[in-house]
Amino acid sequence: MSEKLYAISVVVNGMERKAQVPARLTLVDWLREELRLTGTHVGCEHGICGACSIMLDGEPVRSCLMYAVLADGHRVTTVEGLAQPDGSLSVLQDSFCQLHGLQCGYCTPGMLIAAQGLLDATPHPSDEQIREAIGGNLCRCTGYQQIVDAVKHAAARLAEGSLSPRGRGTG
Amino acid sequence: MIVGEGTAFRYIGKKRRTKEDPRFVMGRGRFVADIALPGMKHVALVASPYPSARILSIRTQAALALPGVHYVLTGEEFCAATDSLAIGVDTPKVTRYALAKDVVRYAGEWVAAVVADTRAIAEDAAELIEVDYEPTPHVIDPEHAVAAGSPLVHPAHGSNVLFHRRFVWGPVEQAFAKAEHQLALRVRWGRSATVPIETFGVAAQWDPGQQILDVWASIQMPKYPDQAARALRLPGNAVRVHYDVDVGGSYGVKRGIKHTVLVGYLARRLGMPVRLIEDRLENMRGGDAHGPDRVFDMQVAFDSDGTLTALKIRALDDVGAYAGRAPLQLGKPVSAICGPYRIAAVEYEPTSVMTHKTPQEAVRGFGQSPTNFALERTIDHVARQLGMDAIELRRKNLIRKDEFPYRIPSGSSYDSGDYHTVLDKALAAIGYPALVAERDAARRAGRLAGIGISTCLEPSGGNSAFEPLFNPKNDTTTWMESCLVRVDLSGAITGVMNTSSSGQGHESLVSTVIGEVLERDPAGIRVVRADSLSALPSNSPVGSRMAIMLGGAAAGAARKIKETLIEIAAHNLHCTTETIEYHDGNVAVRGHPEQCMTWDQLVAIAHRKFHQMPAGLEPGLQAKFVWEVPTGGALPTADGVVQIYPCYAFETHIVYAEIDPETAKPSLRKYVCGHDCGVMINPDIVHGMTYGGIAHGIGAALYEKFAYTEDGQLESGTFMDYLIPSAMEVPTIAIVDHCTPSPLTTFGQKGSGEAGYLGAPAAIANAINDALAPLGASIETLPITQDDLWRVITGQTTMKIT
Repeated sequence: MSEKLYAISVVVNGMERKAQVPARLTLVDWLREELRLTGTHVGCEHGICGACSIMLDGEPVRSCLMYAVLADGHRVTTVEGLAQPDGSLSVLQDSFCQLHGLQCGYCTPGMLIAAQGLLDATPHPSDEQIREAIGGNLCRCTGYQQIVDAVKHAAARLAEGSLSPRGRGTG
Repeated sequence: MIVGEGTAFRYIGKKRRTKEDPRFVMGRGRFVADIALPGMKHVALVASPYPSARILSIRTQAALALPGVHYVLTGEEFCAATDSLAIGVDTPKVTRYALAKDVVRYAGEWVAAVVADTRAIAEDAAELIEVDYEPTPHVIDPEHAVAAGSPLVHPAHGSNVLFHRRFVWGPVEQAFAKAEHQLALRVRWGRSATVPIETFGVAAQWDPGQQILDVWASIQMPKYPDQAARALRLPGNAVRVHYDVDVGGSYGVKRGIKHTVLVGYLARRLGMPVRLIEDRLENMRGGDAHGPDRVFDMQVAFDSDGTLTALKIRALDDVGAYAGRAPLQLGKPVSAICGPYRIAAVEYEPTSVMTHKTPQEAVRGFGQSPTNFALERTIDHVARQLGMDAIELRRKNLIRKDEFPYRIPSGSSYDSGDYHTVLDKALAAIGYPALVAERDAARRAGRLAGIGISTCLEPSGGNSAFEPLFNPKNDTTTWMESCLVRVDLSGAITGVMNTSSSGQGHESLVSTVIGEVLERDPAGIRVVRADSLSALPSNSPVGSRMAIMLGGAAAGAARKIKETLIEIAAHNLHCTTETIEYHDGNVAVRGHPEQCMTWDQLVAIAHRKFHQMPAGLEPGLQAKFVWEVPTGGALPTADGVVQIYPCYAFETHIVYAEIDPETAKPSLRKYVCGHDCGVMINPDIVHGMTYGGIAHGIGAALYEKFAYTEDGQLESGTFMDYLIPSAMEVPTIAIVDHCTPSPLTTFGQKGSGEAGYLGAPAAIANAINDALAPLGASIETLPITQDDLWRVITGQTTMKIT
C-alpha cells in the first residue's frame, strides 16, 4: 500500500514501542494486530460498548475512537499490563476471579480498565460510584452484579492492605 | 443414572472459583479475532440497501484493480458452487445462501464479498463495487405478510407462511363453553436479540494436501460441522472445526453458518486462509441474528374463583427473510405451553411468516420467554377482571408440589418442583406487605408506581423434539452429549468435551463433576476440547442442557474410570469388587485398611503393568460416555403430543418499578428472583447467568428493539439506537435459591442457562402496567419505551397501546 506512514513512539505496558503507522489505523487495531496485544477487544467500534478500553496516561479511554498516531508520546496500559510486576494477578483481577465477575470474558478487559481507573482515583467507592464508573462498559453476561461485587471486594482488600496494590508499571 | 446420589456433595454446589476466569482477566482468552493464520486474508461485504429488489448488474472491476485485493465473490458463482443452508421446517423452495443471487430480500443482505490483504483495503474495495438494483415491493408487517395479495418474499414457495398448525390438546371448546368468564388479549413481543459484545467471526484454511478445511469460529450451534460440510459439498470428515475458541457471548445467536460457508468456500477457492469478523453494523443488519418478533392473541377461560380452565394461544412470528431454524422457536414453547399452571385444555396455533427483514436466529429461551410474557400478562388481566390479587390467582393455579411428575396437555411431563414455596420465599425476601405499602405511599405522593410478578418455567435439557413436531420429515429423536475422561500415567485427570463455550463455565462443570465422582480435587483436573473430527457426539450448549447433559456425560465417564480402578484393586487385593472401599481415589478392602492401594499404584497398573490387570480390561485408563437425553427417544403422536424437554426449572420475579411523571423514565427500584433449578453444580455460575438473564430481560422489556422504517430500513443498527442496559439501568438484584432436585438427572440438577430471561420481561411488563393502572392505561407491546410511557402519561395516547 502506498499510504503515507507516520512515526510514533508509545510506551505500552512499560515498554517503549516505535512504529510507522498509517493515519487511519486505530489505536486498538495497532495494539491488537501489530503488537499482538489481543487482550483488548473490539465490540462496537463506535465508542459505546467500552470493550476496547485502555489506559492512556492513567485514564481509561476507548482505543477504537483513537488513531494510533494520537497515542504518540503517551503511555498506554492494556489488560496485559494490569498484573503485578511478578506476573501474578492484581488484586482487582483476583477479585474478579473470586466473585466470578465475568462469564465469556469478552468485556472483561475493558471492565478491568474502567474499574482500575475508578480505584486509582477513588479507593473507597460506593455502589453508585462503581456502577457509574462501569456505566460506559456493556456486559451481556453478568447483569453487572458480580462485577460490582468484585470491585467492592477489591477495594476492601486494597484498603486492608493485606495484599500489595498492583504494580501499574508506567500506566 | 444414579438418582439422588450423594445428597452431601464434596465439590458440587460449593463456592468454587471457575477454571475459565483467570485466563480472561489476564487478557489471555483466545477469541476468533485473536487467531492470526500466516498469510491470512480479510473479508468485507457489500450489503443491499433495499429490502426487496432485483439485482440487475454488479460491476467489480474497480474493486479488483485496487492493490491488495485478491478476489470479489458474488452470488452467481457462490450459489452455483455451494448448496442451500439447512431449513428447520419443510419448505424446500425457501433456499438460503450467504450471498444473494438475482434478488435481495432484506436491507443488509450480502450481495458481494471482497477478499483483501487487510480489512481496511477490503472495505475500500467494497465501496468501489457498483450494484444496480430495481426495487420491488416489500412487506415489513407480519400481519400484512400473511394477508392475500402481499408481496412474496420467496415467490417460489407460493406464500409467506413457513409453518402453520392448530394444535388442540384437551377439550378446549367445551371448557370455554362451560367457563363462567373468559377474556381475550393481544400482546406483542418486539424484535430484539441477545446481541453479544463480540460479533460473529470465522476463520478458515484449506489444506490441499490433506483435503481438509480447518475452521475457527465464535460458534454455538448444533450440527455446525455437518451443516457446513453439506453446504460446501464436502464429506463430513473434510471439515475440522476447532472448538478451543473462546466465544465472546452468544446466548443462542452465534450461528454463523452462512458466514462459515462463505469463508470456507473462499479459503478453498483462493488457497489462502480467510477471515471474516463482522463489524457492528454487519452484525446488527446482516448477521442474521435477530430474535422472535411476535403477535400473540390470547384467550383464557376461567371461573369466578380464579380457576383457569382452558387457554387459546395464537402466535404469529415474523422470522424475516429466510427460514433457518427460526420457525422452531414457536415449537419449544409447546413443552411448557401452560406455564407452571394446571390448565387442562390448551389450543395453540403458531404461524411462522416471512417478511423483508433480517432473518431470525435462536435467542436465549428459544421462544419461551415471549410465550411466558404473553401468559403472565394474561394472568394479570384475569386477576384484574376478577378483582382478585394476582398472587392469590397464581397460588390457586400453580401446580402443587405433590402433583409431580405432572403431565401437561401437550405431552410434556414436568419432572419436579415446589412452586408455592419458591413464590413464598421470594415474597418474604422482598418484604411484600411493606412493598405494597411503599407503592401505595408513592401513588399518594403523586408518583406512578407498580409491582409486577411473574411465575415462569425454564424447560431444560435440550432435547429438540420440536423438530419432528414441526417437520414430519425430520425424525430426530436423540440429542445426545458426550464426555471422554482420561487419567494419564502421572495420575493427572483430563476431561475432553466436544463443543465450544460462550461463558457458561463448562470447564468448571466438567472438572467439578469428574472430581465429585472420582473424589479428586477439581482444581487439578484439566478440561480440553476436541476438534470436530476427534470429538464424540455433541449437540452444543443450547436449550439449557449442559449441566444436565454434559454433566451427566462427564459423570458417566468418570464412573467408568472408578469402576475400572475398583476392578484393578479387587484383582490385585484378591477380593471381590463389592468389598473394595474407595476414598479419594485410593482403595482398601472393607474391614482391612492395611490391604490397600493408592491412586498412583492403580494408575500405574492400568498404564504399564498389564500382567496385573484383570482379564478383559483395556490397558490405559480412559472412558467415554455418550448420554441420551432423559425422557427422549419418542416421536410426536399424530395429534401433536410429545415430551419435548426432560427438566423444568422454575423462577418467580417480583419487581417494584416507578415511572418519573416529569420525564416518563422508568426505573426498577427493587428486584427479587426466586429460582429453583434443582442442584446447582456451581452456584456462582448459576447466579451469574441468572443476573445476566434478568439484565437481558430488562433490555427486552424496556429498551431493545430492532426497529424498521416503513421503507424496510433497520433503524437501530448501532449501540446508540439499539439500547443495551448498562450498570445504570440494571438494579441490584436479589436471588433467592430453592432446590427441588430433578429425579431424572445424575445429581438432581436442572438447566439454568436461560434463567432470568424467562421471567424478567413478564414481571417488568406487569410492574409497568400496574404503575399505569391508576391512569386506566396499559401497554401490551414490548419494549415499553420511555416514549410510549410519555405518550400515555401525557394523554397523547388515549387508546391502549397494543
